[in-house]
This record gives sequence, C-alpha cells and structure tokens, in this order.
Amino acid sequence: MKWLKDFFRTFLLVELVQGMVLTGRYLFARKITVQFPEEKTPQSNRFRGLHALRRYPNGEERCIACKLCEAVCPALAITIESEQREDGTRRTTRYDIDLSKCIFCGFCEESCPVDSIVETRILEYHAEKRSELLYTKQMLLAIGDKHESQIAADRAQDARYR
Amino acid sequence: MMAYFQGLFGESWPLVWTLVKIVVLTLPIMGTVAYLTLAERKVIGYIQVRIGPNRVGPRGLLQPIADAVKILLKEIIIPSSANKFLFILAPVLAIAPALVAWAVVPFSPELVLSNIDAGLLFILAATSMGVYGVIVAGWASNSKYAFLGAIRSSAQIVSYEIAMGFALVGVLMVSHSLNLGEIVKGQAGGGFWNWYFIPLFPLFLVYLISGVAETNRAPFDVAEGETEIVAGFHVEYSGMTFSVFYLAEYANMILVSALCALMFLGGWLPPFNFAPFTWIPGFLWLLLKIAFILFLFLWFRATFPRYRYDQIMRLGWKVFIPVTLVWIVVVGAWMQTPLWLW
Repeated sequence: MKWLKDFFRTFLLVELVQGMVLTGRYLFARKITVQFPEEKTPQSNRFRGLHALRRYPNGEERCIACKLCEAVCPALAITIESEQREDGTRRTTRYDIDLSKCIFCGFCEESCPVDSIVETRILEYHAEKRSELLYTKQMLLAIGDKHESQIAADRAQDARYR
Repeated sequence: MMAYFQGLFGESWPLVWTLVKIVVLTLPIMGTVAYLTLAERKVIGYIQVRIGPNRVGPRGLLQPIADAVKILLKEIIIPSSANKFLFILAPVLAIAPALVAWAVVPFSPELVLSNIDAGLLFILAATSMGVYGVIVAGWASNSKYAFLGAIRSSAQIVSYEIAMGFALVGVLMVSHSLNLGEIVKGQAGGGFWNWYFIPLFPLFLVYLISGVAETNRAPFDVAEGETEIVAGFHVEYSGMTFSVFYLAEYANMILVSALCALMFLGGWLPPFNFAPFTWIPGFLWLLLKIAFILFLFLWFRATFPRYRYDQIMRLGWKVFIPVTLVWIVVVGAWMQTPLWLW
C-alpha cells in the first residue's frame, strides 16, 4: 500500500504544496530589514570604530609617548615620534595611524596606560584616496575633542568590568 | 473623429489603424513586463523576510524606470570573434514571438487584435520560434559558455514544448475549437465549475509546470543557473541587447499566464454568474487571473531549489508526456459517456 500512497503524494504534489505554504506564510511575516541611514542597529559601548586621541579636562593631551600602542600594533599601523618639552614632560610630535593598515583589533586602546588612544563608535567615514586614510595627530585629537562626552560615557560604563 | 483620420490617411488607413492597435497592445505589455520585474523583486524579498527595492520613488515604484534608464545607457559590447549580424538579430528573434502571439489573445468577447480560427495553432507556432533566439544567441557569441547554455536551454524548451502541446490537445478536444475566443465561450454557463481546469486538472498542472520550464524560470532555470554557468546563452550580452532578452523572458511569462487563464481558468468569465461578480468587467477578471498565475511563477521561484539537468529531462519525457497522453485518452473516453458535464 505504501507505493500507492507515495504515488498519490507525488502526483498530487503534496510536498511541493507544503513548501509553498511555508514560504507563503513568510510572505506575511514581519520584515527584519534595518533601513540603514534612517534606522541603525544598537551598538555596544565597546564598539571599535574610528580612533581618537583624548585630552585631560584641563586641555593637556593624555598621550605620554610611551609607544606601547606602536609596539603592540599587529598591523604596524601606528607611527610615533616624541620629544622632551621645556617642562620636562615627554610628548609626541607625531602620532599617525594608517587606517588602511589598521585591523581594528583594539590592542592600542588596551595597552594605553593613560587611556589616550581610544576607538570610538564612529563607523561611517570614508576616503576617496588612500592618503586620506592616513590620520595624523591633529585629526585624531580633533575627533577626540568632538566626541569626548560619548567616549567618556562609554569608558565609564565599561569601567566596572575592567 | 474616426472619419477624419480615415480621410487624412486615405488608402493606407487600414494599415495605419492596425499599427495603432498593435502599439496600443504592445505598450501595456512592455509596461507590465517592467512592473513584473519590480513585483518579482518585491514578492521574493517579502518571502525572504526582506523589504525589496524601496528607494526609487514611493515604495520603490519607480525602480523599473531607473533600471531601464541605467541599462539603456550601458555600452553594448560585441565580442570580437562574434558573428555581428546574428549577435544583434538573436534578441530580436527572442522577443518577436513573445509579442506576436498576443495578436490572437482575446481580452473580452470583442477585444482581440485578430480573431483567427486557428489561434491556438498560431500561438504554438509563434512561441516555438522563440527557441531560435536562444540558439542563435549562444552560437553567435562564439563562446563555449554561451554555447553550452544555449544547448541546455534549447533542449529544455523543445522537450517541454511537446508536453505543453499535448496539454493543449486536451483543451481543443473538450472545446471543439482552435479559436481562443471559442475556447473561453465553451467554459461559460455556470461559474468556475464550468472551467476546463476541473476535467483537465492533470493537463492544467502539466501546462503550468511546462510553462515555467518553457520560460526558463526557477526551478527550471538551469539555462542561467547562477551557481553553475552564470548566465547561460546570454553571457556575452550587455546593455540594450541583454535587456531585450530579459524583456522576452518576462513577456513569455505573461503570455504563458494569459494562455493558462484563457484555456483553463475561463478567461474573462467571472467565477460565479451572479450579482457582485458579474459587475466586474470581464477584462478585469482576465487580468486578475493572469496576475494570479504570474504570482505563482514568483512564488515557485522563491520556494523551490533548482532541478538537476537530468531530472528536468526525466520529468519532461518520462512523466509529463505519459501523463498528458493518458489523460487525453481518459478525457476522450469520458466525453463519450453521459458523465461528461462540460
């Protein structure tokens, strides 16, 4: 009898109809598309996007040119040069990140003893030339100045887990 | 008004009037083709829990126009070793039959471009020509991939044409006519139970599935299987020549749907012969039925995985042709008994 049952199942296209019922049900399912420029998916406070250099509240830059980030960077994307200032502190004269090399691993941020170099939540940036992806100290400081409140809030949120 | 134009054109008036009718018939078909592509993207998107195109115009309604403009502005690349004349001729050969066949399709008892007696035969003859477009395209490209695709898709089209032809034999047996208008009138009387899809149900299914195979649509789209040979017979085509093939595919889909609606689903007849259903004009009923079958085409594509090539051939030759032959005999015998109600 099984062959007879199978015969009718095949000829009446039972399984094909079952498949179509399934896809037909999905036709009316709620759509999960995120319409990007208008809608955005939630971001973690640990999001590793564009880099920034931070300052202390008094305006002094945090970076002490210890070069730990330069040493730890697996992609060799960071270049630092430093000098001693008149007041005896050591500061960077050059702090370049080549974003075309950077793999956004976040090691620079982890290694930084003064929380100077950080990765922000910014992900919508672009460059039309390769050279525009070379971020200099001034550019990184500017990003830090612009987004300091967000950066500080993210760090404060994460502090208890560190 | 008519008389004025008649006077204006004099002797050549019948010719001009026929041309006007052809344009009036062809332009909406082209528009439907354009919007069918949008409908396809939307329906498949919705089934895949996506939204589909929604950026050009309100809800993406201008997307086909943007697509058309884009493709018109693209360069037509002719491969250096291709046969130039046949290369350009092939898309024309592909689209012409798909449009010619509309000449005999009746939209209502009176509304038909040319009401010829052997309309069904004309359609079979015209649509069979479409395969030459495929073969010529594959051959003229002078590329092994295009040629392989052309062989695959022409073998498939030729195989399924036989099953399709036999399914139509059943229709003309029960309707006693080759005229499409007469075939629809033969289904009049009661309601949907008078339509031919009930006594000819196996033939209806065979016709519908062969129609999908005939137009090289999923799940029978081995001719252009993305995962296997990319585009099949039209790999070398670009720009406008490519889009003509694209138009031909969709025009063929609409044609198959229209024929299916006319021959099995009662054409312009309403499903029930009483008040609210008879208010809707027959033209709209036909369009609704065509739209329904087109939706099925899209639904199939979103549901079924692609057939393997030998499975396609087995289905065509070893299943569909025997089924149609058996059912033609069954219907023939059935018609001789008093149990025949159609």
